Amino acid sequence: MSLLEIDSVTLKFGGVTAVNNLSMRVEEGQVFALVGPNGAGKSTVFNLISRFYTPVNGSITFDGKDVLKMAPHEVPNLGIARTFQNIELFHQATVLQNLLVGRHRHRQTNMIAQMLHLPSVRAEERAHRHAVEEVIDFLDLQPYRNSRIAGLPYGVRKVVELGRALASKPRLLLLDEPASGLSVEETQNMRWWIDDIRRQMGITVLMVEHDMGLVSKVCDRVLALADGAKLAEGTPAEVQSHPKVIEAYLGTNAVSKGGKVA
Amino acid sequence: MKFHFKTDYDQDIRLFPDWWNFTLYAALLVLALALPLLIDPFFLGEATNVLIWAIAGLGLMLLTGQTGQVSLGHSAFMALGCYSCVLMMEANVPFVLAFLLAGVITGVVGALIAIPALKLHGVYLAIATLALAILADDIIVLLKEWTDGVNGKMSPPIDLFGYEINRWNNPVEWYYLVLVVVLMVTLFYRNLLRAPLGRAFAAVRDSEISAQAMGVNVAQTKTIAFGISCAITGLGGALMGLFAGAFNNETFNFLLSIQLLMMIVVGGLGFIHGAFLGAVVIAFLPQVLSMTTDLFGRGVAIPGLESGVFGVILILFILFEPMGLYGRWLKIRVFLELFPFARKDMFKRQKSYLKTERLR
Amino acid sequence: MEVLQLLISGLANGCVYGLIALGFVLIYKATEAVNFAQGDFMMLGAFVTLGLVNPEYAGIPFWLALPLVFIIMGLLGYLLDIVVLRAVFGQSQVAVIIVTIALGFVIRFAVGEIWGHEPQSLRSPLALGDVRIGDLVLGLADIAVIIVTLIMTLLLWQFFQHTKMGLAMQAASQNQMAAYYMGIPVKRIQGMVWALAGIVAAVAGILYASKGALDPTAGFIGIKAFAAAVIGGFGSLPGALLGGLIVGVIEPFAARYLPPGWSQIAPYALLIAVLLFRPHGLFAQVRAKKV
Repeated sequence: MSLLEIDSVTLKFGGVTAVNNLSMRVEEGQVFALVGPNGAGKSTVFNLISRFYTPVNGSITFDGKDVLKMAPHEVPNLGIARTFQNIELFHQATVLQNLLVGRHRHRQTNMIAQMLHLPSVRAEERAHRHAVEEVIDFLDLQPYRNSRIAGLPYGVRKVVELGRALASKPRLLLLDEPASGLSVEETQNMRWWIDDIRRQMGITVLMVEHDMGLVSKVCDRVLALADGAKLAEGTPAEVQSHPKVIEAYLGTNAVSKGGKVA
Repeated sequence: MKFHFKTDYDQDIRLFPDWWNFTLYAALLVLALALPLLIDPFFLGEATNVLIWAIAGLGLMLLTGQTGQVSLGHSAFMALGCYSCVLMMEANVPFVLAFLLAGVITGVVGALIAIPALKLHGVYLAIATLALAILADDIIVLLKEWTDGVNGKMSPPIDLFGYEINRWNNPVEWYYLVLVVVLMVTLFYRNLLRAPLGRAFAAVRDSEISAQAMGVNVAQTKTIAFGISCAITGLGGALMGLFAGAFNNETFNFLLSIQLLMMIVVGGLGFIHGAFLGAVVIAFLPQVLSMTTDLFGRGVAIPGLESGVFGVILILFILFEPMGLYGRWLKIRVFLELFPFARKDMFKRQKSYLKTERLR
Repeated sequence: MEVLQLLISGLANGCVYGLIALGFVLIYKATEAVNFAQGDFMMLGAFVTLGLVNPEYAGIPFWLALPLVFIIMGLLGYLLDIVVLRAVFGQSQVAVIIVTIALGFVIRFAVGEIWGHEPQSLRSPLALGDVRIGDLVLGLADIAVIIVTLIMTLLLWQFFQHTKMGLAMQAASQNQMAAYYMGIPVKRIQGMVWALAGIVAAVAGILYASKGALDPTAGFIGIKAFAAAVIGGFGSLPGALLGGLIVGVIEPFAARYLPPGWSQIAPYALLIAVLLFRPHGLFAQVRAKKV
């Protein structure tokens, strides 16, 4: 059994088919990438897993559990954490507070205890803080611990969002364009982090990414989408040289010239 | 300049980050306790009034400042808190129990109302709660069997474990009673802010979508925020009614909720201090205005002057200091701490773009 | 017969609500701000007219004063947008709500200071008295109000369909970014929308003052106009007018057939019911925010 199984899922917005009969399997420990032109439905797949959208048919299971039976806020409890394409951080709060929200699913005390700040709450807060500090160390966020998001540069926000997802100690991490808008060095850092997330933390990663350089360096398996349907699946090299993929990216003429997607 | 050298997670969890801060608030508490010795009963009554406004304001602050939901209907909950408390007192329920139960009842009713209302966003929620505030006025009149409608009710004297606290004869005791409530509410408020629930509030305020993706149940969190907010405001309303001596449907007119919202904006949205600073402004503005009009020789009260001036103050604040009085103070403090290295640009607001609420 | 009488007076009230609601919707569509002071705009428009027309003040003939009123109110709307609202643009919804409520307070105070707090009546050519047809007592002013509102609606419709400015306003309110890229000066258009809302408020104010006495608290009927706008879906101009008529008609019938005390509740109860069961108005479809 695979960790994440998506079976013949279809999603329609009015007359437009955003995802068309898509099936895919992500194995535990993999780094899996979704690639494809703009509007291919990559982020939509993420939003389906997060339960922001409900498919017209098909099934999504995570570790044998039916994801479609859950409300959006229950999905993280399965151990699925995600980032967003256009960074959705809590911008009035500090980096530390943002990361602590990532610990939300691990909270154990109730409202009354929190209001009275019982010793159990204090102990729990310490434990959360400890977990968050590990993430801060891992991502080198120490200088920004008490900065408000609203004043931080884009590259740092991107890392904070990754950190918030990691703070929830997920089994599956969904990264929506982790390298978009980052400088060359920042992209390089992102690459090492994704490697370490898989190797050291044992977290499975599913990502949407346009930067094929990054994809071919960190991913085991790539699935190319176009118009919501699967074009090709395989290793990065296989997908990059697949004629249908080249056609989708560069048009029909490119195929005859034996081009390769950069 | 002051440096915080942190060696322990508890330093970030504690109520007071360092000794200096603790000393400051301890001094403030001593001052508050000694206040009856320092000022005459009239001004003590004003101070009590400020604290009552602050309690009601803290309630709305939790909802609007912390969770980002606008309510123009909190006058309805002040009324509910007041009427339920007084009705229970008249039924010979001991004051402490009646008072706390009034808070609980208001909170529960608030949460129940919140369940359908919080499906609405921003402006819609503001309009729905405004309608609620107007309805409350009419409903109080309709329920005249219990509320005595437009004739209103006299506030019974408070009987605290056998000691009678009368509004007119015991101003000092009244002040201490309100002070205790203020301290409790503020403590609970602070405790919530440093716990998962407080962070969930902020998460809902800043981005519902990613709050959900982090496992925050948005509807439930909003409902809890609304419930706690109403409970606190209800306590404020009960004190306000009891302190006023008599009250009717007009006491809890919808303009009261607008005043309450304006108060927390002037004080500083999202800060506990803001509720107190705003309360000072709203309680002392009428006095200052009547003194000024006396100065210009217009002895008669000018109708609408108070709200007119308040309106101007508010517009100026939103244009030039959207973070309110407390935000201004924070900037002054940073300036002094960094002196002479503070630069004007440090406080520049970041250009933000309109986040659309419209459904596309 | 009584039904007809109630219906006409209800429709006439509804026209005023509808015109105020129209102002809300115009501004909401163009700037996504809700002008909580629109009711007070209406009141101000009425008082400006009164100040120009009534013999105890300036005493200008009504038809000469009318363009002046429109210019004053339009200019005021435009200036408010540049001076106040534009500074709030991009801040939270709370800021916009608060600023417009505060504006309402300021307008109410200013009007009270200038024209006093006593109820006054406008020398309006529409205040024609009553006419009796058998048992039926019809206010001619009510009928005039309905007719003027119809004309106003037609004019606005023509304006939006056929003038360059009207089309630009439509475009800017549907998609600001796209309109900006197409070379529409979105900021100026927003100012013009505020000006237009000021003029519509003035018309509403004149109609309101033609039907009865006027005092600075008249602006509070703006809250009923909220009900109208919400029932209409807050995004649709015809919806706002229709909502206004619904609220207007419900009131006299509730007052006639419900026990006393309940009739004031009717419009707000309807507002809450619509918000709860059809939160996007009686005629809307719901779609979700895109991530």
